[in-house]
Amino acid sequence: MRSPDLLRFNLRLLTGQWFRTLMTLLATAVGVAAVLLLTGMGEGARRFVLEEFNLLGNDVLIVLPGRKETTGGIPPLTGEGTRDLTLGDAEALLGLPGVRAVAPLVVGLTQVEGGGRNRELVVVGTSVELFHIRQLYVSQGRLLPETPLDQAEPVCMIGPEVRRSLFDQQPVLGRWLRTGDRRCRIIGVLEDRGVSLGTDMNDTVIIPVASAQQLFNTEGLFRLFVQVQHLELLDSVKEEVLELIQRRHQGERDVTLITQDSLLGVFDDVLKLLTLAVGAIAAISLVVAGILIMNITLISVSQRTSEIGLLKALGASERQVHRLFLSEALIMTLIGAFTGVVAGYALLWTGHWLWPQFPVSVPLWALIGAVLLAIGVALLFAWLPARKAARVPPVLALKGISDAHR
Amino acid sequence: MIRLEQLCKRYQLGDEPVQALDHVDLNITAGEYLSVMGPSGSGKSTLLNMLGLLDTPDSGHYWLNDTDMTTLDEEARAAERNCRIGFVFQAYHLIDRLSARENIELPLVLTGTPPAQRHLKVNELLQRLGLDRHADHRPNQLSGGQRQRVAIARAVIRKPALLLADEPTGNLDSHSGQDVIELLEELNSEGITLVMVTHDANMGRRARRRLWMQDGKLLKDEQDAQP
Ligand SMILES: Nc1ncnc2c1ncn2[C@@H]1O[C@H](COP(=O)(O)OP(=O)(O)OP(=O)(O)O)[C@@H](O)[C@H]1O
Ligand SMILES: [Mg+2]
Repeated sequence: MRSPDLLRFNLRLLTGQWFRTLMTLLATAVGVAAVLLLTGMGEGARRFVLEEFNLLGNDVLIVLPGRKETTGGIPPLTGEGTRDLTLGDAEALLGLPGVRAVAPLVVGLTQVEGGGRNRELVVVGTSVELFHIRQLYVSQGRLLPETPLDQAEPVCMIGPEVRRSLFDQQPVLGRWLRTGDRRCRIIGVLEDRGVSLGTDMNDTVIIPVASAQQLFNTEGLFRLFVQVQHLELLDSVKEEVLELIQRRHQGERDVTLITQDSLLGVFDDVLKLLTLAVGAIAAISLVVAGILIMNITLISVSQRTSEIGLLKALGASERQVHRLFLSEALIMTLIGAFTGVVAGYALLWTGHWLWPQFPVSVPLWALIGAVLLAIGVALLFAWLPARKAARVPPVLALKGISDAHR
Repeated sequence: MIRLEQLCKRYQLGDEPVQALDHVDLNITAGEYLSVMGPSGSGKSTLLNMLGLLDTPDSGHYWLNDTDMTTLDEEARAAERNCRIGFVFQAYHLIDRLSARENIELPLVLTGTPPAQRHLKVNELLQRLGLDRHADHRPNQLSGGQRQRVAIARAVIRKPALLLADEPTGNLDSHSGQDVIELLEELNSEGITLVMVTHDANMGRRARRRLWMQDGKLLKDEQDAQP
């Protein structure tokens, strides 16, 4: 039988029983659409997270005090513990070749009072470099002044959420804020960036690093951001940083270096796994569709027994009859899968249109996997009924109807 | 052309075995016109199904054109059915969702004949059987006689050597039954071997050779003198 004839024959059959066909189509379509939708959302979440972290830039090294590697057995129990990262370290790092900028970070919680209201807020001490490194911009006023790192200044910047909660709509530039036991003047308001999974800068007060050290009465830094001049320099700078710290910390490499890539790698893996898992769950609906296809094919076989007998009398071989029934299921599945792909993408794009900040993209493996699975399941589940049809002895099949006619 | 040797077929009906064919010997030469008659349950249809390779005997041999059909597997038998044998059934067995034309070309479709070639052959037959006007009609839009004509067209589209008809007029009134018989006889006169099962003695008498069956045995084998 030529393929166009096979196709035409089956389409006749399917359009003849459009309701049954429609239901089967729907089952497959829903399954495929579910896979696309869920993996699309999983992948969207992954991209969302990656994009958020990407704001840091992949040319940035994060230096954490303390050694957190698990390579070398028991951590040193040398009494005093790890040495703090200091502003001196920051300045020394800036002197390294290949380093473009260094931004220190001190973070703490304290009572903040302003506009007659009181809130406990995260206060971040840093330098103006941080804004360049993390691509933070002001919506009003200006950034922190470019003063030496160890110089405290009574100025601060606030996130848009702080501004809203303390001052409502009132103008804030030039007003005073009390952070802990000292006062500072507001010189800028950060641009609203939504929730950033790195640190939520919307709800923080930012002051010069030296001021923060005084405020929290600490020498040690929470962390250091080191931006390199070129991406290719990242690895060599890493080594230089470790050597410099070793020189300055009496021979101990007691810092941990994190690059964005290593950080993202973990998230990436977790989210990929998650996407895979939801995809697999959705795939179960495809198996259900497969069982439906098996039933439909079984019904089709028993309804068309006399037709099978006739086809055999006309010279159709077992293989042809088998192919006929398999292709019926296959065509139904292909149309269903196609509908599902269209519907899945349509829903995802509608979602994207409603929440533009949420990226949508169906991973290719999910698309191909869903369609292949639908086809595979259809073939698998239609195989047995189709074989049953093929094995019907022609006399019996013909009898099916000729007896009923008497 | 056809030689049956000690052909047996036994069916199990509940607990009781039924000898549907009981050591049947039969020779048919090409171009013959046979009718098979006998009471209900005597094995006429079973014999026809054996000749048509729709059924397999329990024992005995069946030679069709000097090939022993009992040695063939199902695939080979299907191929033989397709090119050598045409069937006409009492219940027509047309596919309802297909038009007359599509029903007729089914055997050609099964062998993968290209559409252009099919079209030509079907047109020729439609014209000959006076069905041109009904080419695109569905079976349920046709009269019984017309349906049986379509079924006959389907049976002979591959130009088989053997045409088997199982009570072809059983569902028809006498007028259209007459038409159908005449058509079958016309085909026979062109050389096709015709074996027809019938309950109607008048119809049966028209055949040059008449078989009577009872309890699976060939009871009588009458032959007119060759003209
Ligand atoms: N598939 C079958 N299973 C069991 N018994 C069968 C089967 N086919 C035929 N028989 C039996 O074999 C015997 C012969 O049947 P067959 O159909 O050949 O009779 P027939 O001469 O064609 O009768 P009718 O004139 O009623 O068509 C009957 O007794 C029938 O019950
Ligand atoms: Mg019969």
